[in-house]
Amino acid sequence: MTTKKKISAASAVDVVPKGTNDVWVYTDIVKEHFFHPKNLVMDASAMKGYDGLGMVGSPACGDMMKIWIKVDKKDDRLQEMKWQTFGCGSAIAATSMLSVMVTENGGMKIAQALSIKPQDITKRLGDLPTRKIHCSVLGDKALRSAINNYFIKSHQKDRVVKEQVRIIDKAANVTDHDIEEAVLEGAQTLEAVQKKTKVGVGNPEVIPEVEQLIRFYTEKYFG
Amino acid sequence: MKKNIYLDHASTTPTDPRVVKAMEPYWTKYYGNPSSLYQLGLQSKNAITLARVKISQLLDCQADELIFTGGGTESINLALKGVLQKNPGAHFITSSIEHHAVLHTADTLKKLGHSVSILPVDDQGFIRLEDIEKAIKDNTKLISIMIANNEIGVIQDIQKIGALIEKINRERIAKGLPIIYFHTDACQAGGTLDLNVKKLHVDLLTINGSKVYGPKGVGALYMKTGTNLGPIIDGGGQEKNIRSGTENVPGIVGLATALELAHQSQTKENARLIKLRDKLIKEILAIIPKTRLNGHPSQRLPNNVNISILDIEGEAMLLYLDEIGIQASTGSACTSTTLDPSHVIRALGCPYEVAHGSMRFTLGKATTEDDIDYVIKHLPKIVDHLRHASPVRVDMDEVAKAIKNAPRQIIEL
Ligand SMILES: Cc1ncc(COP(=O)(O)O)c(C=O)c1O
Repeated sequence: MTTKKKISAASAVDVVPKGTNDVWVYTDIVKEHFFHPKNLVMDASAMKGYDGLGMVGSPACGDMMKIWIKVDKKDDRLQEMKWQTFGCGSAIAATSMLSVMVTENGGMKIAQALSIKPQDITKRLGDLPTRKIHCSVLGDKALRSAINNYFIKSHQKDRVVKEQVRIIDKAANVTDHDIEEAVLEGAQTLEAVQKKTKVGVGNPEVIPEVEQLIRFYTEKYFG
Repeated sequence: MKKNIYLDHASTTPTDPRVVKAMEPYWTKYYGNPSSLYQLGLQSKNAITLARVKISQLLDCQADELIFTGGGTESINLALKGVLQKNPGAHFITSSIEHHAVLHTADTLKKLGHSVSILPVDDQGFIRLEDIEKAIKDNTKLISIMIANNEIGVIQDIQKIGALIEKINRERIAKGLPIIYFHTDACQAGGTLDLNVKKLHVDLLTINGSKVYGPKGVGALYMKTGTNLGPIIDGGGQEKNIRSGTENVPGIVGLATALELAHQSQTKENARLIKLRDKLIKEILAIIPKTRLNGHPSQRLPNNVNISILDIEGEAMLLYLDEIGIQASTGSACTSTTLDPSHVIRALGCPYEVAHGSMRFTLGKATTEDDIDYVIKHLPKIVDHLRHASPVRVDMDEVAKAIKNAPRQIIEL
């Protein structure tokens, strides 16, 4: 049997585009957090007495993150943030840095922790190679998921925040949520998603990330 | 002193000092343009002729069946585009585990109006003969299948495939159909395998210097007499008008010297490498739980070890290994420019997470048993550390099931 598809040889066998050629060199801060991660959990079975637990990602996408938090309820601050990750150097360093950021100086207010963006983390890391930024976007999501879990467990359901959308292609005004919708509607190739959203048509540099997302959501809903 | 163990020879090899020495005179002493008719020109021309003869002996072909190029990628582009530009709209067949040089060229061919079929491989990495037969169409003009894979080292039975294509061609001639040319990418095999083009039954074969302790940026294309192929670089008409441009004389001399040296020590060196390779494979699989060898255990390059280590990610492993002086490579998405995990390991039917956790160690001339022992000693500790820090627990049975149930279809572009 053979299948007939309108795809490229490269994407057909997962090779995808040429052309992103920035070098990737890690800063000393990234290395420090990678080789000596802070607040890393080495034995998940020993994790007890936490207030919130969050988990996002999947190993198929190359990144998966689990975060445990302890909350100072009186002050509404994060007391502890512990984590585990399946991920590359950037993912490990970014999560380690995130755990430092939210617990330093007596702990971050929950409201502020909820608004942390990946860029805030990469800035503290002294920048990541552009190509690796997507590896750092899971930490803040996992933290929000842990905080939401805390809200639910502590009967503050009204405080639960819906996951924010992220703009993927400014020109086409397409968000990760739009891509998620497109995949849910059955578009599982770049071409199909582009037909629905026009993502990356005038902005080809976003295509690797779009394909990553397509795979992520395909895996999530149909995997 | 910090260790420096280079286990990435599939990526490139150091140039052998004897090769450097052979190239040396052609930079400043014999710098003439081979096309010039005076002494200096003749010296350069003779050097190229001698290199051509040497390589033709190794491949068992005529000297004038070799075209020198600027590396493996260029030879591949020349073979594929060179044949198909003479056959508008013709059909091209290749495999899902080829180097990007072939697969991206296939995309370009598609855009130029050709049709392309991509063959699947089985769980060990082999192309099945029946898939080749199935994929062939009346207008098929070229088939390209690599002899040895750069990621998982698997060695295809090119001899058998070549013989099959020859048999099919005899039938096609009787039916008045165009004959099919057969190209093999032998970049990874130049130092270790027998590349006798007659025994392999190939019409076109690509080799390069970068993987055989020769210079980078130089390669050759074997082109059987009578193969109808046009140039992809036009100009002054060098290399039988197939590859114009002033010849890279030191590079060509270096390529011939490197291939000759590799040939001299081939049998002994292969045996030595196979012993080290098998030790590394056996020990990693025995010591580290939840590991999987990618590619066939023995039908693989003597220097290639490719193992997926589950529940952790390859780039993290790579960085830890680098920190203790081991330089290797991974099929993880995070080290590719495209954010996609290895297409070769995926083609075996492996789920993404298996590709993300794949590590490739490719040994070389300088690799010692001590080096292998060093890896065996340190890798388990790194894996253990990263696994403790990982929330993922992949089910090995699920992986086995996924591989067994992988679709393995011929993809038509
Ligand atoms: C199998 C294979 N084909 C082609 C190439 C491309 O060769 P080059 O880098 O000389 O252009 C390589 C090396 O990268 C290779 O391993």
